[in-house]
Amino acid sequence: MSDKPKIAMYWCASCGGCEESVVDLAEDILFVVENVDIVFWPVALDFKKKDVEAMEDGSIVASFINGAIRTTEQEEMVRMLRRKSQIVIAYGSCAQTGGIPALANLCEREAILQYVYHDAPTVKNPEGTRPQLETRENGFRATLPEFHNVVRTLGQIVDVDYYLPGCPPSPKLLKEAVIVLLSGNLPPKGTVLAPDKALCDECARKETKPETMEIEAFHRPHNTPVDPELCFLAQGIVCMGPATRAGCGAACTCGNMPCTGCYGPTSRVEDQGAKILSSLMANLAPKDEEGIRKALEGIPDPVGTFYRYAVAGSLMRGKLTK
Amino acid sequence: MDEPVKEVFNEARERAAQDYKNQRRITIDPITRLEGHGKIDVFLDQKGEVERAYFQVPELRGFEIFSIGRPAEDMPQITSRICGVCPTAHHMAATKALDDLYKIKPTSAGRKIRELMYNLFMLEDHALHVYVLGGPDFIVGPDAPAAMRNILGVIEKTGLDVGKKVIGMRRRIREAMAYLGGKVVHPVLGLPGGVAKGVKADDLPMFKELAKDGLEFAQFTLQVFSDIVLKNEKYVELVTSENYTHRTNYMGVVDDQNRVNFYDGMIRVVGPEGNEVVKFKAQDYLKHISEHVEPWSYVKFTYLEDIGWKGFTDGPDSGVISVAPLARLNAADAMATPLAQEAREEYFKILGGRPVHYTLANHYARVVEMIQAAETIQELVNDPEITSTDLRNIPTETPTVGIGVVEAPRGTLYHHYETDERGVLTKANLIVATQNNSARMAMSVEKSAKGLIHEGKVDEGLLNMVEMAFRAYDPCHACATHSLPGQMPLRARVYDAEKNIIQEFQK
Repeated sequence: MSDKPKIAMYWCASCGGCEESVVDLAEDILFVVENVDIVFWPVALDFKKKDVEAMEDGSIVASFINGAIRTTEQEEMVRMLRRKSQIVIAYGSCAQTGGIPALANLCEREAILQYVYHDAPTVKNPEGTRPQLETRENGFRATLPEFHNVVRTLGQIVDVDYYLPGCPPSPKLLKEAVIVLLSGNLPPKGTVLAPDKALCDECARKETKPETMEIEAFHRPHNTPVDPELCFLAQGIVCMGPATRAGCGAACTCGNMPCTGCYGPTSRVEDQGAKILSSLMANLAPKDEEGIRKALEGIPDPVGTFYRYAVAGSLMRGKLTK
Repeated sequence: MDEPVKEVFNEARERAAQDYKNQRRITIDPITRLEGHGKIDVFLDQKGEVERAYFQVPELRGFEIFSIGRPAEDMPQITSRICGVCPTAHHMAATKALDDLYKIKPTSAGRKIRELMYNLFMLEDHALHVYVLGGPDFIVGPDAPAAMRNILGVIEKTGLDVGKKVIGMRRRIREAMAYLGGKVVHPVLGLPGGVAKGVKADDLPMFKELAKDGLEFAQFTLQVFSDIVLKNEKYVELVTSENYTHRTNYMGVVDDQNRVNFYDGMIRVVGPEGNEVVKFKAQDYLKHISEHVEPWSYVKFTYLEDIGWKGFTDGPDSGVISVAPLARLNAADAMATPLAQEAREEYFKILGGRPVHYTLANHYARVVEMIQAAETIQELVNDPEITSTDLRNIPTETPTVGIGVVEAPRGTLYHHYETDERGVLTKANLIVATQNNSARMAMSVEKSAKGLIHEGKVDEGLLNMVEMAFRAYDPCHACATHSLPGQMPLRARVYDAEKNIIQEFQK
């Protein structure tokens, strides 16, 4: 093998969108493979776990790991990649803050099992079978990894050096990150490799955002006509822009839908959901209890709206069950 | 070392070596060039023949449950996170479920834009499989070195020009999808009654040029497939070998003339003889589709309720279903567009008539479908209505139940939501494409392992050929594992001061 820097990519509880964002480097992927050796990347290359095991500790320059952590297998793999790598990068919102899979932290585990394997309308399971960590059949032993009770972020399991935010990160951010890594001129540990400003800054509707807002009521996008040029907040539609980091080029608002917050907060914000909540409430026109209650009918799911990608990494991390 | 100790030591080492020599378990972990996680465990008998092979899915997440309490209109975006490779399929099934939930028809232009988005997606996603995920097994060769069996090997083998053509084409298609959907991974266009964004007349030339090049690209891909696979006797033998053959039911969405349709239509199932077993509306899926649970995998196994679960067997008495390109071509009577129909006729001629049971023929069927997607894109961008600004009907009905079905690249995909009067979810049931294929995939992996591994002789090439048995389905285990965990056997023991167990809990 050549002496080009070795790079690994791995996925945990994720959807594969982060992997697609790497493929979406398109022509730039040729630049990447000219400059690095990808030594592990299950979606595209046939290297196996044993190949990584055989590598010396610290021999991988950087591992890009996406997905939240839910199973013992994922935990084992990321611990191994941490050992083998000089730098670990949490790639995407699931690895950074839990992402959408972390919404499962709001559910009781047993309720999930009960539904999935017994109560779902299409399940026929008279024997009451559930997947087992170990199944013995004619002397063979088939095993499955174990599930943790909650979804965790990558940083809650291993030491993380850098973060690339987004669901998924844009190929542009990835390319810039690779260039920074190759330059050897590394930013301080813990840096989020994206612009440290609010999404509103790169939104084409920025000019139409009112200086002061008096939101009378919140409207849900499915039953409201949406002006394609006007700031969503000015239209009374919840947009996570003010509490979200830039870096995507305001992709969703270009698609005429509000930002849902996937790039997480800027460095000045501790908790993304709390930030937007306080910001929106401060801009609410009604000040009496009944008026506020009525206005809030347009946000039937505050947790899923304000913490859609951030439950695991938020101050609350999940719901306390029992 | 003392002599007796040494003896014991050597004996143990000898025994360990013997065990290793008589290794009865071969694990392929992780399985690669697919979407999501998976593992294969192969168990050999004393003679080294395969006695059992498990194709296991070791992961789960839980979308059906954590969707409860979320507003229905968020579902197209939330469920697109089931899979980032086929987000558009989930996005669209969810959007159609919202139409049904609010009993609202999309505007004519809204529907056409959705279909444009969907066919762009089908074309690029199939291209991903052909050139990046499954295709390298053929283009580079099933037993080429592991380091070469991938897109980089494909580029080396076919030349940088071809590589750049493939990469450039996919990029352009995905840029067009980002135009329509805001972003390409997890688009945002779907709303009940239509779409959030349309095509500006000024931008139409870009779409028209893309459509023209897209069709050329699909035809080029058919040529590549024909040159590399169909003209190679060894490959044709491999594709049609019994090791990769299963006679199951086939399911796919068809239009009113029983032609393949990716976006909408009735769900049709044909039996292993090609006869129609059942044809039903999405809203009736509960009567026909059921799921079976096994203890050794987190994935559930879908089967045809009309026949019942008869285990992992094929033939006309088995309820096992197959979906995805092979199944879609079998389930339909024709393709919906002329060039694709021509390619389909050639396909059945070469493979000995309908239905085709060869798992690896999925690759060929996939290319035939790329042509239909490309032709459909052309029809749509040349339809004057595509630049209409009448994009949405706003719902007024009180929501209750909504069911939406599309053909994902990997097969029939069902989304079913129930809500309260505010349109907030109270229940969800998702049956994803790969789940519909999971029984046949498990059978395929076991059968190929039994056919390929003998006398305990294995090498990496053979193991990769076992992987080819699932790879043909282009499985998406991120999708298949949308539902959450298996059992964690929880045991808690309470000891007294003398370390005696005084109580034990077990779950």
